[in-house]
Amino acid sequence: MSELDELYSDLIMEHSMSGKNRKGLDHPTCSLLGHNPNCGDEIKLEAIVENGIIVDMSYSGHGCAISQSSTSIMIDTLKGKTIQEAKQIISIFIKMIKREELSSEELKSLKNARAFQNVANMPARVKCALLSWHTLEDLLQSLDK
Amino acid sequence: MKMTDFRKDFPLIANSKIAYLDSGATAQKPFAVLECMKNFYEKTNANPHRGVYKLSVDATNEYVAARQTVADFIGARSMDEIVFTKNATESLNLLAYSYGLDNISEGDEIILSIMEHHSNLVPWQMVAKKKHATLKYLYINKNCQIDESELEKITNKTKIVSITALSNVLGTKVDLDKIIKKAHAVGAKVIIDACQAVAHMPINVSDIDADFAVFSGHKIYAPLGIGVLYGKKELLEKMSPFMFGGDMIEYVYENDTTFAPVPTKFEAGTQNVAGAVGLAAAIKYLQNIGYEKICKHEQQLLEYAITNLKKLPYIDLYCTDELEKMAGVISFNMKGVHPHDVSSLLDGEGVCVRSGNHCAQPLLRFMGLDSTCRASISIYSNKDDIDKLIEALKKIYEKFKKYIG
Repeated sequence: MSELDELYSDLIMEHSMSGKNRKGLDHPTCSLLGHNPNCGDEIKLEAIVENGIIVDMSYSGHGCAISQSSTSIMIDTLKGKTIQEAKQIISIFIKMIKREELSSEELKSLKNARAFQNVANMPARVKCALLSWHTLEDLLQSLDK
Repeated sequence: MKMTDFRKDFPLIANSKIAYLDSGATAQKPFAVLECMKNFYEKTNANPHRGVYKLSVDATNEYVAARQTVADFIGARSMDEIVFTKNATESLNLLAYSYGLDNISEGDEIILSIMEHHSNLVPWQMVAKKKHATLKYLYINKNCQIDESELEKITNKTKIVSITALSNVLGTKVDLDKIIKKAHAVGAKVIIDACQAVAHMPINVSDIDADFAVFSGHKIYAPLGIGVLYGKKELLEKMSPFMFGGDMIEYVYENDTTFAPVPTKFEAGTQNVAGAVGLAAAIKYLQNIGYEKICKHEQQLLEYAITNLKKLPYIDLYCTDELEKMAGVISFNMKGVHPHDVSSLLDGEGVCVRSGNHCAQPLLRFMGLDSTCRASISIYSNKDDIDKLIEALKKIYEKFKKYIG
């Protein structure tokens, strides 16, 4: 279980089990529910966006270790970014999961989210890793309207 | 424990090292079925019912013979009571549209069990909504069985009782006899979803007096894409067609059409003849072994699996504690680990199980669960498969235990 073993790393497992980004926000400015109807994973993202900057984010819901940790690591990666920067990083993450080539600059911008690189070789788990990123992409898109 | 080895009959199983424990989703196919279909396409393929030439007559004969095989298999009185469909889902939709919409009125009640697969649930929601009828559910107790007191929900408002013979999530066998008697006493019709059951136990529609029954071929070692609807002839005859087109007609005029007699009335367009032929071959394969042997083999294996799963304190099992009241499938979870992670890591160990809600969201919600892992067995499953599952679960737990504490 080599590739799988690498995927279920300490980083991913600790994010999946820790509640650090499940803290809940008192006054979120926006939120969106994302779900994978095939597997039942459900993640609700809440965010405080002020002056075009993602000031804080939190999530709730349930799902596998991959979807939970991917959400938590996404929050760490994108907190403090502008909407434009966040959109850029989301698209880089999606490119990575789709096995498209990334520049070293792009890879660097993903920080800990690089831990999901191996998911690209596990078609059955791609949707788990992408759930929260797609949900946030939709949420940010809705703010532009 | 001595078990007969059916593995050599199944090329995908014989040639592979994986422990395939997902036969409840779809079973692998024996040589007998594959050979039979190959033969059909190589020697007999033609569009049945249309040609006067010999090849077409041969194809027709094979199709008709397959229908007779199915009729004998489930104890129908006549092969006119057997309609070929794509699968159990299509059979249930046919019933919802052609029987449900015509026979359900405002205020009527349709009874299901909470264990139904979405395919025996969503079509009845459609009927209930369109007709302003009420859906009622027979719930299960803590032992994953339907208490007899639940049957009091069947009243003289009940027009249809549509119920599974064997839960695809819990493996619970349903006491069909009592339900059918109670339903008939109030004048309701009973539909049996035999999709999971038919691989594991004999279903005789005449003995139990089912009004309708459905199953998919692919779960009993037949090819994908062929299913069965059984219906009492007098009921089928009164029903409207489901799909319209070629073959299902008698006379077609510019503005009107008369329909063929049953079962052809329900078989519009060119049918999956090779599928029907493959299904007949699968049924013959099953009959050759016999349900007595199948049940014995599978029950021994089920007991072996449950005994060994119970030895793992970090595994939760979701099944009745009366082994004789279950068959085929075992749902479980590893405490603190999501079933998708468990099944992904099992796959890494060469063990195929399903994880998710198993197309039974209302049941899982009722049980307070989001999803489970499900191992399902069949005649080619063996002790090695179960040992692989148990060893892999131990390995996964070792990996996860430092996180789950």
